[in-house]
Amino acid sequence: MKNIVIIGATSAIAQACAQVWARQGHHLMLVGRSEGKLNAVKADAQTRGAASVTTLVQDLADVNAGQSILEACQAQWAQIDYVLVAHGTLPDQAKCQDDVNYAIQEFNTNGLSVIALLTTLAKQLETQRHGTLGVISSVAGDRGRGSNYLYGAAKSAVSEYCSGLRARLSKLNVHVLTIKPGFVATPMTAGLPLPEKLTATPEAVAADIIKGFEKKRNVLYTPFFWWPIMMIIKMIPEFIFKKLSI
Amino acid sequence: MSGPLYSWGRYPYTPQTGHCASWRDEWADRLKTLGQAHGTTLPYGNGRSYGDSCMAASGHVLEMRSTRKFIAADWATGTVTAEAGVTLADVLALSVPQGWFLPVTPGTQFATLGGAIANDVHGKNHHVRGTFGRHVRAFELVRSEGVLRCSAHENPALFAATIGGLGLTGIVTWATFQLIPIHSTQMDTQSQRFGNIAEFFSLSNELDHQHEYSVAWVDCLARGQQLGRGAYFTGDHATYGEQVLPHRKKLSVPVTPPLSLINKLSLRAFNELYWRRQPSQRRYAKADYEPFFYPLDSLLHWNRIYGPRGFRQYQCVIPENDGEYAVRALLETIATSNQGSFLAVLKRCGDLPSPGLLSFPLKGVSLALDFPVQHRERDALFTRLDAIVREANGRLYPAKDAHMAAPDFQRGYPNWEALERHRDPSIQSAFWARVTA
Repeated sequence: MKNIVIIGATSAIAQACAQVWARQGHHLMLVGRSEGKLNAVKADAQTRGAASVTTLVQDLADVNAGQSILEACQAQWAQIDYVLVAHGTLPDQAKCQDDVNYAIQEFNTNGLSVIALLTTLAKQLETQRHGTLGVISSVAGDRGRGSNYLYGAAKSAVSEYCSGLRARLSKLNVHVLTIKPGFVATPMTAGLPLPEKLTATPEAVAADIIKGFEKKRNVLYTPFFWWPIMMIIKMIPEFIFKKLSI
Repeated sequence: MSGPLYSWGRYPYTPQTGHCASWRDEWADRLKTLGQAHGTTLPYGNGRSYGDSCMAASGHVLEMRSTRKFIAADWATGTVTAEAGVTLADVLALSVPQGWFLPVTPGTQFATLGGAIANDVHGKNHHVRGTFGRHVRAFELVRSEGVLRCSAHENPALFAATIGGLGLTGIVTWATFQLIPIHSTQMDTQSQRFGNIAEFFSLSNELDHQHEYSVAWVDCLARGQQLGRGAYFTGDHATYGEQVLPHRKKLSVPVTPPLSLINKLSLRAFNELYWRRQPSQRRYAKADYEPFFYPLDSLLHWNRIYGPRGFRQYQCVIPENDGEYAVRALLETIATSNQGSFLAVLKRCGDLPSPGLLSFPLKGVSLALDFPVQHRERDALFTRLDAIVREANGRLYPAKDAHMAAPDFQRGYPNWEALERHRDPSIQSAFWARVTA
């Protein structure tokens, strides 16, 4: 039985992970913004068989969010086994080009707030010399694309931060898992014209994530075919890449 | 969320656009906005209805699978509350390890809870437990004028109208229902082949009342002395046995072949082999619940074997008195036409009443057959079958139907006008528009 913190627990991928972990009978702490939605996820996890489920309403943009989460965990658990950081938004790129406040806010949500949380939570796992931090980044962070580069830049920051954090914490028996989903059919992507064959369900992505935690994968592309796709995209020379409309 | 949605028979081939909600309290808003934008809409579950009863008249459906959370479960009493988009498979995955089973299950576990209520589904234990609706305790119904809680005591008229109400009375967002206790995940089964239709009725008379589940497969091509030959199966939840969750590997039909794989030759060979394989003497065995209840669920997308034109199912129920005579006439007509498919099922239904207004089963015998959509003679065959059903005062199953004539529907379901009065003004299905015209 593990103690698992899920941050951004009302997101579709996080919910799908919570369902599996609940079935496996773990203790869950669900962190999110909306109390009503957290309670719906909590009821589902309890019914599916979670050993215990606690919710924590927390604005994740707050730099002290990590501290509040740690205090809530310490109030009931001896240690933290897994942390899944899953919150995020999909910014409107056109608006990001037009409205600097919006661009900064979106960069904060998808990049800086994650880094702030990881900074605080890493300290606890470092003390424990135990645990895994799983962070949902994105394939979009592998290369900035004209259609989506503010989101890509924020996710790139997260991926690079995780890479360094993993290198540092690996010597302390703490593992960092960078999760890079491709297209996933979630409310975040609703209404986007995603290519059907390349779009995964949140359940399929969650199954990969759960396995990634168990097997201590370093960087997880999910579904797997995004790894070769992104290898190719990263290899395209810039003078060609800039002419593509992707 | 996904590509266009179809019904299970892929006939009529009318693509539907799905509209999702992330949380169940958003459905009221979806109903309103879709009503404004397209006139009407319709809740759509997992697309296991065969014909047009799951298709909106407007082509815009509410994709109920997008809300599929569990809300509560009491494993002491076996009651579960869940969102309408959970499938029966989701329910079994949780309840079976706790020693509880669905009180009534159709032949697929991939139907949703909402779909089970909307079609008031029945199963192999209809003669003992009636329809699914008998085991539903309460649900929430989102209607244009507001959100209501329905049960036998609260809004009883809408409760009754919604059970078997084909999704027309509003959106069921969640429901509470009762399970039955089991001791083992295994089934005690019996199988025996029969040589003709009269033998089926005598087996059914002898054994049905002794067993929780009973059903028969029939060779729809057999003629003459062998007309209506087949195999009879019974089952009971085993008192002693294993307690394991089945995890059978599921195969899938990956693509739709350009032609139906079911034709006269393949069918005759298959039926002959299958009938010969069944024991001539009664055989007792133990089976896991999945292959017993859901043999077809292990072949995902099996509906594709009928080719791009899809298939239609003909399922009727004939009242007890004329049962044997009418079933004989139906099978003769089908065998003479040389059409049909391997999937032909006979089931004796019981007389337990459903709370619903438009429940399909009635005391008598039900016959279900699939037909690939490829012959022009098909309509002529269905017309002949319809005449036999009409003569015997039987009726067809809306969940399986794509052809029923309005007068036949209205004669078979005299309560239809009461359901029409309870229909939400923002909801209309292609089926309902057709049969109430």
